[in-house]
Amino acid sequence: MEFSAFEVLGPIMVGPSSSHTAGACRIANVAKSICGEGFKSVEFQLHGSFAYTYKGHGTDKALLAGIMGYNPDDNRINQAFDLAEQKKLKYSFSKIDLGDCYHPNSAKIIFHFEGRDEFVIGSSIGGGSIMIVDINGMSVEFRGHFPTLLLQYEDKSGVIACVSSILSKNNYNIESINTVKDPLTNVVTLTVEIDKNLTEPVRDAIIKSDRFITAKYVEV
Amino acid sequence: MLNTQQEIIDLCKKENKRIYHIVIDEESKVSKTDEVAIRSHLKDVLKIMEKSATAKLNEGTKSKFNMINDFAKISYDYAENGEPMMGEFLMKTVAMAFSTSEVNCSMGKIVASPTAGSSGILPAAMMAAKMKYNFDQETLENGLLTSIAIGQIIAKYATFAGAEGGCQAECGSAAAMAAAALVEMRGGAIEECLNAASIALVNVMGLVCDPIAGLIEYPCLFRNSSGVMNAILSADTAMAGIKSIVPFEEVAQTMGEVGKSLEPNLRETGLGGVAGTKTGNRIREEFLKSEE
Repeated sequence: MEFSAFEVLGPIMVGPSSSHTAGACRIANVAKSICGEGFKSVEFQLHGSFAYTYKGHGTDKALLAGIMGYNPDDNRINQAFDLAEQKKLKYSFSKIDLGDCYHPNSAKIIFHFEGRDEFVIGSSIGGGSIMIVDINGMSVEFRGHFPTLLLQYEDKSGVIACVSSILSKNNYNIESINTVKDPLTNVVTLTVEIDKNLTEPVRDAIIKSDRFITAKYVEV
Repeated sequence: MLNTQQEIIDLCKKENKRIYHIVIDEESKVSKTDEVAIRSHLKDVLKIMEKSATAKLNEGTKSKFNMINDFAKISYDYAENGEPMMGEFLMKTVAMAFSTSEVNCSMGKIVASPTAGSSGILPAAMMAAKMKYNFDQETLENGLLTSIAIGQIIAKYATFAGAEGGCQAECGSAAAMAAAALVEMRGGAIEECLNAASIALVNVMGLVCDPIAGLIEYPCLFRNSSGVMNAILSADTAMAGIKSIVPFEEVAQTMGEVGKSLEPNLRETGLGGVAGTKTGNRIREEFLKSEE
């Protein structure tokens, strides 16, 4: 995989593990931006090496800190349990076997909202870098480098053209675009990484459109 | 980063460039940044490296299960007063590797280079070289940029994650990166930078990741101190004119394949290797009990 210079030499972070501490913190941080505020409790399910060594590496503290919006170089990661208690944040940790197709350092983070759940599966792929691989059952692949649109719709023509024309009309450049179609349901998952943050009107013009079953916009 | 050792050597020759120029050119394009911003970030990196490599030389560290108490302080004292066989300079370098690793274990601030578990190696190599040769800021930055190129090739063909590739992927990569940085800073040839990286990775091919109780403490601190010695040894070996007949991209690729063939209990699960010994298991049980 291609790593940028400061993925190799970095991040600047609090120890002890780039995969299990810094990467875990980033996965939780991005997961929260995807699922949003207002959840009642959060459940961390740990897969592979995460499950075996999470206590020793402070993975639990880092995940909690990430949910509270802290970055990997924040000294408060070490006090995450106390801070979560102050914020009355409800959480739990458990082990899970997601199967062999997931990276050994992966976590499934489930947000329990009133009457519904949302989840994100993220992998810590080494040196503090991450990959988000699943959102509420839709397969995705993004590294959290760029602002990202996550859209699902029943397959029909013109959707990609519509999204890309809104973006280009407003001078946004697409960094990557990816679609996955589920042949059974005929639902397409479209992931678009953009070069810079969207303004509110442009964001709304895309995600408030009724052609989408799910529409999310994630800033990093 | 370019795909092969030969491509890098050819491009550097054709355009009269060093490896760090290629890294700056590529990063400027990929991350939409420029040399000034890149070097400014490297200044922050070096500051944190210097701080972490010296923080524990005099003050010491207490760890919960007494596995790594005061390693940096003890070895620094020995360097100054014990007439070490390897000489005062190398023993102090070992102490600096311990220091960053101790900062890391106690959840202090470090630079993942390329990972946190291996974060003692590059700072110790950089600070030792700065001490010995009095390198200026720009030379140190060029060294770090060269280490980045090596890391990018490893990331392309293999992995840095101990859970995927064992300790060779972490401390082996860090030593390879540091070895190339040392050769660059000392003005060695492009080919010597790559040879040094190859030799360092070959030296620890197959090294397992087996932290007792899953804590990045023991044997991680030893792997960091031996890692920086590996880097210095490999840099000197390459600058003496000894070549690695296998080019770096092939060495990196096979490191990745060796990593995949390791049993999961030898890849950062805290179950096999030193972690799986009678003593390792006893500490693991104590640790799990203390966390309940």
